[in-house]
Amino acid sequence: MPITAPDFAFLQTFVRERSAIVLDPGKEYLAESRLGPVARSAGLPGIGELVARLRVDPRGDLTDKVIEAMTTNETSFFRDVHPFEALRTHILPDLIKARSNERALNLWCAASSSGQEPYTIAMLLRENFPALIEWRIRFIATDLSQEMLRRSREGIYSQLEVNRGLPAKYLVKYFEKRGSDWQVKQELRSMIEFRELNLIKPWPSMPQFDIVFIRNVLIYFDLPTKRAILGNIRKLLRSDGYLFLGGAETTLSIDENFKRSQAGTTWCYRL
Amino acid sequence: MRALVVDDSKAMRVILSQLLRELRFEVVDACDGIDAIEKLKDAGTLDLALVDWNMPRMKGIDFVRHVRGQGLQPQMRIMMVTTETEMDYVQQALTAGADEYVMKPFTKDVILEKLGLLGITAG
Repeated sequence: MPITAPDFAFLQTFVRERSAIVLDPGKEYLAESRLGPVARSAGLPGIGELVARLRVDPRGDLTDKVIEAMTTNETSFFRDVHPFEALRTHILPDLIKARSNERALNLWCAASSSGQEPYTIAMLLRENFPALIEWRIRFIATDLSQEMLRRSREGIYSQLEVNRGLPAKYLVKYFEKRGSDWQVKQELRSMIEFRELNLIKPWPSMPQFDIVFIRNVLIYFDLPTKRAILGNIRKLLRSDGYLFLGGAETTLSIDENFKRSQAGTTWCYRL
Repeated sequence: MRALVVDDSKAMRVILSQLLRELRFEVVDACDGIDAIEKLKDAGTLDLALVDWNMPRMKGIDFVRHVRGQGLQPQMRIMMVTTETEMDYVQQALTAGADEYVMKPFTKDVILEKLGLLGITAG
């Protein structure tokens, strides 16, 4: 059954207060498709009943599940290809040269969802820059969802997920078959520290980063929230570091401290 | 751009051919490896082949070995599109000279993303 206008209005406020994500009018379909399974798994007949439960008990177990369902973004291995090509051909060679004395690099994938993006970068590092094994690499991936973090740490992906954008040669090299699923090999899983971080809440202590990926996230936030998040990133990005946003996102007119910079066939942002 | 679709299922040939035509490919199709080798003789230069694994007369993997072994259409990128999902099959296909591997069932996006990995973009 379609979601009612009052229930959608309630969800808009509910989700916004907890994640700062703005559900614009017209996104009713998203609420229906994402929350239908949450209602069913809670033994409720529909979204109406789910919302009724949230109204009565907004701090209950269902809250996390609803927020997670509404904030989980689509992701795939090598999504959009170009940022990873830019890392391989321009950015990592430059950074490796610039950091040749300290021999250390810090990377961060924010809102890493089910982990495909950090694992893509991990494969890219192993494949193209094997000498970095000798370096101190701190690779942090964060998400607000405990479920996504659990999945990411486990590194198990369905057949459909490994079909999405993952080169077959990497599947063979970096995954193991687990029943009908595929698991990222321990050598890659151990490269990445998966941590909880809600972008709109106070951030935990983080190192200074050389590379930050925060793609297809800002698009969901309102302007003040975007500005606050970019301001926080600015404090964590090294002066010669690189920030990657999603293809439909920009820092322009939000945070003028960042300059758009060509990186191969795509754009990144620098201080 | 020109492509060859090799699958013994007519429905699958139609689905894949239609998808490729939407990407402005000119498509030749074949129902097994033997048929595909025949079609290659008159097909002119091809950019891409989508090849099923299990087919009568000649399997897709044997077709790939033949094409690569004989140096036919060296520019042609080969993508297996198959229900075979074991690691050993993926490895065999790559060793034989396939460039990519898609496990059925797939979505249109899966094919588009894999083509992107081969440097082939829509339109």
